[in-house]
Amino acid sequence: MPESGMVIAAVGWAGVAGILLCALAYVAVTLDAVLSARQLGVRGGWTAPLSRAARLLRQRQRTTVAADTLLWRVGGAGMFIGAFLIVAVIPMGRWVLADPDVGIVWFNVVDVMVWALVWLTGWGANSTHSLVGGYRFLAHGLAYELPLMFALVAPAIAAGSLGVGDVVAAQDGLWFVVWMPVAFLVYLVGVTGFSVWGPFAPALAADIAGGVLAELSAVDRLVFQAGRYLFLVAGAAFSVPLFLGGGSGPVLPGWAWVLVKTVAVLAVLVWLRRKVPLVRPDRFMEIGWMVLLPAVVVQDLLVSLIVVSGG
Amino acid sequence: MLTGVAFWVLAVVAVAAGVAVFVVDSMARATYALALSFIAVGVQILLLEQGYLGLITILMMVMEMAVMAIYMVMFMGMNPALMPMDMTHGKKTAIGASVGAFVLLASGALLIPWPQRRGAVPEDLTRALGLEIMGEKMLVMAVLGPVMVATIVAGVVLAAHRSRYDRFGDDLRRRPADDPQPGGVGR
Repeated sequence: MPESGMVIAAVGWAGVAGILLCALAYVAVTLDAVLSARQLGVRGGWTAPLSRAARLLRQRQRTTVAADTLLWRVGGAGMFIGAFLIVAVIPMGRWVLADPDVGIVWFNVVDVMVWALVWLTGWGANSTHSLVGGYRFLAHGLAYELPLMFALVAPAIAAGSLGVGDVVAAQDGLWFVVWMPVAFLVYLVGVTGFSVWGPFAPALAADIAGGVLAELSAVDRLVFQAGRYLFLVAGAAFSVPLFLGGGSGPVLPGWAWVLVKTVAVLAVLVWLRRKVPLVRPDRFMEIGWMVLLPAVVVQDLLVSLIVVSGG
Repeated sequence: MLTGVAFWVLAVVAVAAGVAVFVVDSMARATYALALSFIAVGVQILLLEQGYLGLITILMMVMEMAVMAIYMVMFMGMNPALMPMDMTHGKKTAIGASVGAFVLLASGALLIPWPQRRGAVPEDLTRALGLEIMGEKMLVMAVLGPVMVATIVAGVVLAAHRSRYDRFGDDLRRRPADDPQPGGVGR
């Protein structure tokens, strides 16, 4: 879109974007493993992504009786693909692969897909624990999704557009995170939610033998787990154009600032996993609807009032 | 050319997935076959260059099917939903009604004289669409929203077998509330 000042990059750059996404996911896995090792009082963890991937690739694929293999594979593969679709609309400075006028809705569609994907992965194995995990995730989804949607609304109202490029352009003077902090925090809660990460990991918890992961093995498990990290990265990266001013910043070029900000948000999310306990879906349901949703609606109202009075 | 190919591929996917809903023998497959059918329709709307409507259709339908999967499995008596089962019942009436409806709609679509396009496509389609829906009809929308929410709340209140007296006691003073499902804020 010319009016937002974004330049559509050639299709070939999609490969670079994909590699970048994978590299950041690699960083996230490494950081998580190093922090885990440090917590146990040992050094190392730096080679965790490689060793874990190698172990899973060599593992023999487990099969279960009467598994719904089609839906099982669709769930796992979809988890892996989703994040790449999000990255397509994230501008790196001036450059973006695609800048549809409904980029924010596009992001929302992909993150809603996770509902189906995690449940399908839980369903496919024909195993009780997996299915319980799938239902746990849907219960979390019902609690985090509406606050997340209303959090996405705030930048769109302020920019007067659902296009990601316009949202970045609207933050020329002041980053949205400054005057819509509640929306930013709720957005990050949503990101951890659809990445099945940190407090939102009861769907994969040990008390139900790994839940959705219970029967996942070998490359299926690798793809699903990688998908979670990719979603975490994509979610962190999407917060940059939405709340953190996109590529704006001194000295460095725009694309570098996007990377720096993404890594910063990502590091916080990875670090928080150890600091926040798992939240039970039934408890979080009420927190989501009684605390987060009203808070973010008030935030939207304030943003609307500011926009109406200011413009 | 490319749009034409995409249209036909999506049309076939939409109809085939719709048929699959009744052919497969698993609740989960039927649910997500329907979701696939809706996604194909959503992409068709994208082909019409209605970005917002197309994406919202996909978003709503995937969410809806994910929730429907819960209810379908939950409310099937004796839990056959976890086992292979037939997705059809009342076959003669259902087939008659659906074939009739299909013929009616398809013949309507083929036989009516389609109007020529008047005017050009606006610059910002999403904005034009929003103004068209909400601009002059804002009052209707503003009334409709609360009425719909009130209807949902009233429906749930009438359907729930527990009232506030069960939760808060006869004098409505019991705190915390006595809920069958503990947890949440302040409990």
